Amino acid sequence: MVADDPAVAVAEPKVPASSVTPEIQIELYRLMVRIRRFEEKSAQAFMRAAIKGFCHLYIGQEAVAAGALSVLEPRDAVITAYRDHGIALARGTPARPCMAELFGKQTGCSHGMGGSMHLFDRAHQFYGGHAIVGSHTAVAAGLAFAQQYENTEGVTLCLLGEGAVNQGVFAETLNLVSLWKLPIVFLIENNDYAMGTSVSRSSAGLPLVNRGSAFDMAGRVANGMDVEDVRAKVAEAINLARTEHLPSLLEVHTYRYRGHSMSDPDTYRTKEEIEEHKKGDPILLYRRRLEERHVLSDTLAKEIDEKARAEVQDALSFAEQSPEPDLDFAFSLRFSVEDQIDPIPRPRYSDL
Amino acid sequence: MAKITYRQALNQAMAEEMDRDPSVFLIGEEVAEYQGAFKVSQGLLQRFGAKRVVDTPISEAAFSGLAVGAALYGLRPIVEFMNWSFSFVAFDQLVNNVGSLRFMSGGQFSLPMVFRGPSGGGTQIGATHSHCPESWFAGVPTLTVVSPAFPEDAKGLLKSSIRSNNPVFFFEGERLYGLEGEVPDGDSLTPIGEARVCREGGDLTIVSGGYSTHTAISAAETLSANGTEAEVIDLRTIKPYDFDRIAQSVRKTNRLLIVEENKPFAGWGAQIAYDVQRRLFDWLDAPILRVTGLDLPQPYNGKLEAQVLPNVERILAAARQLLA
Repeated sequence: MVADDPAVAVAEPKVPASSVTPEIQIELYRLMVRIRRFEEKSAQAFMRAAIKGFCHLYIGQEAVAAGALSVLEPRDAVITAYRDHGIALARGTPARPCMAELFGKQTGCSHGMGGSMHLFDRAHQFYGGHAIVGSHTAVAAGLAFAQQYENTEGVTLCLLGEGAVNQGVFAETLNLVSLWKLPIVFLIENNDYAMGTSVSRSSAGLPLVNRGSAFDMAGRVANGMDVEDVRAKVAEAINLARTEHLPSLLEVHTYRYRGHSMSDPDTYRTKEEIEEHKKGDPILLYRRRLEERHVLSDTLAKEIDEKARAEVQDALSFAEQSPEPDLDFAFSLRFSVEDQIDPIPRPRYSDL
Repeated sequence: MAKITYRQALNQAMAEEMDRDPSVFLIGEEVAEYQGAFKVSQGLLQRFGAKRVVDTPISEAAFSGLAVGAALYGLRPIVEFMNWSFSFVAFDQLVNNVGSLRFMSGGQFSLPMVFRGPSGGGTQIGATHSHCPESWFAGVPTLTVVSPAFPEDAKGLLKSSIRSNNPVFFFEGERLYGLEGEVPDGDSLTPIGEARVCREGGDLTIVSGGYSTHTAISAAETLSANGTEAEVIDLRTIKPYDFDRIAQSVRKTNRLLIVEENKPFAGWGAQIAYDVQRRLFDWLDAPILRVTGLDLPQPYNGKLEAQVLPNVERILAAARQLLA
């Protein structure tokens, strides 16, 4: 249903927040706990140098992935930046290939070629983990373009950090998606810090959701510490994209408890600030709310937590025991097999 | 066989492939309503409609990235850069996304896409508009780089490139669009990775590509008038280049001259020179020489630009040095 005044066309969500069933509530809670436990396990593995490179944890932001991805259908496409573990898990990628990818193993969801920042899972229409800030927003527009071209009625959800809004390609992309009415939702996960630079030190024209106004895009703000609020706002936006082919921009306020990456000494904010935010922890708050609603018992909460711990322990063992990919395998990935033309010779240049 | 221009050959290639495969679409600045800045896409909008011939704002990064997403999803985009010099605005998309996404995903995705447009100097439009960035992109391990010199190959290679399941960077000679040549009728494909011998000769081998091939042929004709026969090889595909064809010729002539418009430092000719000296050292009677664009930004001044580009005089001087 569309409001009477077309200038403020707001589609009604298919599933209003009030109708989140107890089963869905439990699943939202379970997913947040699974992501939290996965990230805690990743942090431990990183500390003992089993995970290398960069490792950006999602702890504190779980309600965003859980709420946003809970309203998607399998035909929809998801793409995000480098803080991607929680997004992959929320999209349905099992913990084992996720953890194995962090370990750089053959069994990882990107076969050890991507690492923490580049998780991909085609089977679940998860188009990656992307580590050049803002770069993937244009790729996201292409997914939506293709969905529209092929009349799939699928939509694209593109998550980005708030630091990405200052990349030029993001502005170019907002212009394109609005001009061409592509079925896409851009969700800014605003955790206040682009690495160590706060929003107030990096961005003019706050709130960031205003970045869509210049391109006539629908905008919404959500509380990223409240999984049901995220879910409701994303549902509205997804519905708008699916039924009206109108893109929108959401700004979701969240907070990360850990550093930008595991290598971050966190010198740009106070311990008090972090502790203050932890009082609004999305898992804690939701657990209390579900207990008040008599949806979640203490026993069930414990069971969910134990299962999540067992799951990530199993994923860790799987990752540890998995084989490393070899160089020949890596070379085999360079090119797709040709099926419409003759094979192209693919020498390895200067290969001594 | 019909005699058509290089421009028409490219146009036919796109039209035929768009006819053949509904997932092929063309996107870029002025490709639709304007009919192409160089008229390469003339008539395609009328024939295939706005859904498949897509005009963009001046946003190279966004429309290149958009094409990447569309390719990941399974479409086959042809992206036109009005000039390859403008592609640098989208360098991140081209190198990081086109160059890495298939690999970084562990091979889950393909990128069946073509980036094409005019490149090179010689039209007095200054340093920012005269780049020949073949070698910059050839430096990315997963990219295929093509640079046809003749209408026949412009058509045959573009058709092959569109049908390839891998990203192809297709460099057209801005100065070649009006060149006429015989082009076979029907569905004729030029294989990617195969060079062509344009002119046979036994005294030295000249390897070139794109517009420089024509300069090399002119120089070879002058040499011939003076009794020296140069074999001219047109690479057609820059990467992967046809080593075997070059080797066959060098084993006969024992002398190799490489002519390329790229700037000298690490231009593709340097890779060929390395490979040939490493594998055919005993066959060479003289050091391999290269004639390249001079190590300068492109000057606007016409006389200077003619000196900066590989030209017949510099090729003749290099040939004399090789044969001395």
